[in-house]
Amino acid sequence: MLEEIVIAGFGGQGVMSMGQLLAYAGMLENKQVAWIPSYGPEMRGGTANCAVTISNTEISSPLVTEPSVCIVMNKPSLDKFEPTIKTGGLLFVNTSLIDAKPKREDISIYEIPANAIANEIGNSKVANMVMLGAVLEVIKAIEPESILESLRKVLPPQRHNLIPLNAQALQKGAEMVR
Amino acid sequence: MNKVLMKGNEALAEAAVRAGCRYFFGYPITPQTELPQYLSKRMPEIGGVFLQAESEIAAINMVYGASGAGARVMTSSSSPGISLKAEGISYIAGAELPCVIVNMMRGGPGLGTIQPAQGDYFQATKGGGHGDYKLLVLAPASVQEAVDLTIQAFDLADKYRNPVMILGDGILGQMMEPVEFKLTENNELPVKEWATTGKKGRKKNIINSLYLQAEKLEQHVNRLADKFGEMEAKEQKAETYLTDDAEILLAAYGTTSRVCRKAVDMAREEGIKAGLFRPISLWPFPEYALQQVLGRVKGILTVEMSLGQMIEDVRLAVNGKVPTDFYGRVGGMVPTSRDVLEKIVAFREVL
Repeated sequence: MLEEIVIAGFGGQGVMSMGQLLAYAGMLENKQVAWIPSYGPEMRGGTANCAVTISNTEISSPLVTEPSVCIVMNKPSLDKFEPTIKTGGLLFVNTSLIDAKPKREDISIYEIPANAIANEIGNSKVANMVMLGAVLEVIKAIEPESILESLRKVLPPQRHNLIPLNAQALQKGAEMVR
Repeated sequence: MNKVLMKGNEALAEAAVRAGCRYFFGYPITPQTELPQYLSKRMPEIGGVFLQAESEIAAINMVYGASGAGARVMTSSSSPGISLKAEGISYIAGAELPCVIVNMMRGGPGLGTIQPAQGDYFQATKGGGHGDYKLLVLAPASVQEAVDLTIQAFDLADKYRNPVMILGDGILGQMMEPVEFKLTENNELPVKEWATTGKKGRKKNIINSLYLQAEKLEQHVNRLADKFGEMEAKEQKAETYLTDDAEILLAAYGTTSRVCRKAVDMAREEGIKAGLFRPISLWPFPEYALQQVLGRVKGILTVEMSLGQMIEDVRLAVNGKVPTDFYGRVGGMVPTSRDVLEKIVAFREVL
């Protein structure tokens, strides 16, 4: 198993933390993982992206230039990364913020209204977790429980009250692609 | 499982702490700022000193002072900041003081960019500062290796009374990978009889790099040369990947070696017998290890994030026996494995 994942969106949409959670969860499952942020001269409201590699064997290059999975949270990210996806790869599109349709026909496309679902369950900030829930349901590389376990480890105790909300967001996202 | 997920910069900082480093002097610069940031919190917890100096020049001279007093000490920076430290590094080497210097390279020349690069290879391995001196230069390719080499770097610095440089790049600093700290806190550091710790009860110790009498300086520099010779004999370090039957050998270090390792796998899938030679010590350059893997090699392709610097050492090591070629990206651009594969295919056709 080798998944090379690119996650992209606006700064503030939680794309970096989504990637870190994936990497952390992969580590907890004893898989090989690497996480690389884009650290260009970005500004608030600008684009941000990160790359996560999850593998059963040693990771050669942690740099992802032809992702097997791509998660786009906004329109500029769709434009930038859709052409890079490997043939047969997966594209997850946040349709709450992206009107445009992807053009590729050689990849599988999953349309998730992540912000709308996050708002339904009461907090727009978990749109990233809705998206992640959908991704995990499709790729099966990481157990959602490992994501929650990672949250327990990285969140300070006073924030643990947010874990059920995150669990619900993962669940809702997964339901979208079942 | 004792693994933690850490950024290269932070992991390297924690490795220094585990190695017994209790003094850090630095000045912020992207892409290595998480390293001083981490130590600004960590050092006070363990009774160490973190000091953000007024400049890189001040920081390296504080390293000189702390090392002279026998402390395990580190500084870190990125390319332009290392240029500022160059004078102090020459003084430290001249005065035979152990310390660890981290350079997380970014694009140059000048202020350049904050993105990753490997354009400081010459500066690190051939001088940088003035005079006949050498740094031991170690180039990790993963976060775990950055930890392991940093811990070794402090011991090597003490062993040879010489500065050791960890040469990484922006990607290594920013990347997160699982790491394990294999060494517990090291409390038994070597005794440094030469250190200026207050002369009560012993003979006077002097730390200095000024020898106005030519005969004395020549003696001193020749003694340094013996030390560098010993390092060249004992401290060469490299890793090889699929070199046994390799016809096309890639040579790359640090982040670029990871890109090349993948390119080797891609080439093998296409039936091309490719292999990888990865120097871990850049100075001394692992020439013996390179000479040993030349068996079936028809050509060596060196890949760097520079205009071609390490390739000069590759050429010196093979001494015309094997054709060489170069592929590089600069300005903060990172070569992709597919680019490297295309270059392998093209190189193979002209061999």
